Amino acid sequence: MIALRGLTKEFPGGVRAVDSLDLEIGDGEFFALLGPSGCGKTTLLRTIAGLETPTSGRIEIGGVDVTGTPPGRRDVAMVFQDYALFPHMDVTANIAYPLRIRKVPRAEREAKAAETASRLSLSELLDRRPGQLSGGQQQRVALARAVACRPKAFLFDEPLSNLDARLRLEARTFLKRLQRELAVTTVFVTHDQSEALALADRIAVMSAGRITQLGTPSEVFRRPATTFVASFIGSTPMNLLPGVAGDGALRVAGAEFPLPDGTPEGEVLYGLRPEYADLTTREPGEKGAFSGKVAVVENLGTAHLVTLECADHLLQVVVPEGAEPPPGTAAWVVPRPGRALLYRDDTLVGGA
Amino acid sequence: MARLRHDRADMSAPMVSGKHSLTFVVPALVLIGVFLVFPALWTVYLGLTDYRLTGLAAADPRVVGAANYAEALGDERFRTSLWLTVQFVLGSAVLGQAVLGFAIAWALRDRRGPLKSVTEGLVLLAWILPSSVVAFLWIALLDRDGGTLNAILHTPGFAWLLDHPMASIIVFNVWRGTAFSMMLYGAALENVPPSHLETARLAGASTLQQLRDVVLPHIKGHVLTNLLLITLWTFNDFTAFQLTAGGPDGRSEILPVYIYNVAMSGGRLGFGAAVSFLVLVVNLVLAFAYLRLLRSRGEVRPS
Ligand SMILES: Nc1ncnc2c1ncn2[C@@H]1O[C@H](COP(=O)(O)OP(=O)(O)OP(=O)(O)O)[C@@H](O)[C@H]1O
Ligand SMILES: [Mg+2]
Repeated sequence: MIALRGLTKEFPGGVRAVDSLDLEIGDGEFFALLGPSGCGKTTLLRTIAGLETPTSGRIEIGGVDVTGTPPGRRDVAMVFQDYALFPHMDVTANIAYPLRIRKVPRAEREAKAAETASRLSLSELLDRRPGQLSGGQQQRVALARAVACRPKAFLFDEPLSNLDARLRLEARTFLKRLQRELAVTTVFVTHDQSEALALADRIAVMSAGRITQLGTPSEVFRRPATTFVASFIGSTPMNLLPGVAGDGALRVAGAEFPLPDGTPEGEVLYGLRPEYADLTTREPGEKGAFSGKVAVVENLGTAHLVTLECADHLLQVVVPEGAEPPPGTAAWVVPRPGRALLYRDDTLVGGA
Repeated sequence: MARLRHDRADMSAPMVSGKHSLTFVVPALVLIGVFLVFPALWTVYLGLTDYRLTGLAAADPRVVGAANYAEALGDERFRTSLWLTVQFVLGSAVLGQAVLGFAIAWALRDRRGPLKSVTEGLVLLAWILPSSVVAFLWIALLDRDGGTLNAILHTPGFAWLLDHPMASIIVFNVWRGTAFSMMLYGAALENVPPSHLETARLAGASTLQQLRDVVLPHIKGHVLTNLLLITLWTFNDFTAFQLTAGGPDGRSEILPVYIYNVAMSGGRLGFGAAVSFLVLVVNLVLAFAYLRLLRSRGEVRPS
């Protein structure tokens, strides 16, 4: 278990990269730190590793306070974005390096390296130098080096971001399976929300050194706590439209919906994921629909992203293959019941 | 593949065929000839004569063949001088400047602010001051009566330059030349990816292990280049003459000083030229050895 208590890291110059952060990561959990560039993910990870000294706060790994412990004695393994493979050592020597530092006898550590390598399908490459490997292979060697020494925790800093899109998907699945098999607590830093959703047991969405939302991927996806999270999570950004709640109704961009119980009156932001709405070209009977004109149609492969102009606002909807209307058509958008979210002062106040 | 080969053939074509490309090289060749080859050959020739600064042999030098070389190699003073030079090079260049320069560069590698600038400034100052000024400063420092060092150590009347001439010029040359190594290693250390060092730290590697496993493999080329340059410079360095003039009793008479003493003070230009040529040969051997190492690096496999 990794526990952070009031952890703060302030860089000289006054940047608070991590701001009094409290967090508990369970044993064997796959935990993702997600956030935009510069929000402090790497700094947090490096502070856990001991590569940065916290300004204040405490870090516990496996119930032991390691705040003042040097990185080499924390028993964690980190995979860097650039993999950091030693160019002058072959794959075996790279994988066995942490074991060599721990004075594991040569035969034993080479056997261990070979075993780990075979698990990560690297057996053919044991004698190569990193320079003779593809990006994906280098990434697996870096993983193998982390795995071989059986640490208490894995710390990954965007290990997939240097791979091309296709390989990234493969590596993602591979990584998840490996983590399941080893059941080692894993902290995974990424700015790619799809990666976090796909891999993690829990996600912490960070912004400006703080955790904005903490939850399982489906919690974070279904009920983003703030508009920041709402716009950050999801492969197509959530629609966020200004609206007014009052007189038992919710009026947004020319459409009117019944106001759910308990929603305070006043101005709100109405959030709707493009996937959680249906598009029709025939006027629906009931009142709760946006009406507008198709402005842009983008092909997503198995679906289309349709952008509508509704009363001065743009509304995006994902439409299944073959059902996309041509630009210029009049169309209506019906939100699926219970899928819309209402925000006031940037916090979630209810659904609609 | 075929295309590639074709391109390469095209690129090298002008170099092979162009006759007038020679025209561009000729001026440089002439300069090299006048300023490098001719003096070198002249030295070789002089080394075979009994040419002197003054007297009969100055007007009419005789060719004496390899007599100068035979004399030098058999001369106790020459061999002592060679040995002192080896001490001087190993002590002040390889151990002193390279190790100290690296240590400073390593200690300052991710420091910012005044400490770094002040240290670098001071070290650089030693490097850019004119050698006569530096020599004067050091004489003032080491002087037997009223020298700064004696005042600091409360050892009045201790004659550093007389009692420890070699140690004095070694320390002097370390002080004077460390800046170059420090700058070179400072730049080299920037090439070491921080993530590699951090990977080693996370594995629990000590500083020495980090240096061995991460830093050294990355800066091997820089180390060799540095050693080559400072070895050659120190081998041929004459500044120490201004401190001890080779004395007392030749106890700090390194080769450049020895050559000066026999050729200029002793007036035996022919003999001096022969010794110079020997020094040149030693330098060439050293340079080739380093260059071979430099070229073969990367093929060495770690254990
Ligand atoms: N060594 C440092 N000195 C000063 N400020 C730093 C240092 N490292 C990071 N910062 C600052 O701390 C903040 C957080 O940086 P960090 O590298 O943790 O961001 P990140 O979330 O990992 O971003 P990215 O996704 O781009 O990698 C940034 O504002 C950055 O400028
Ligand atoms: Mg980062």
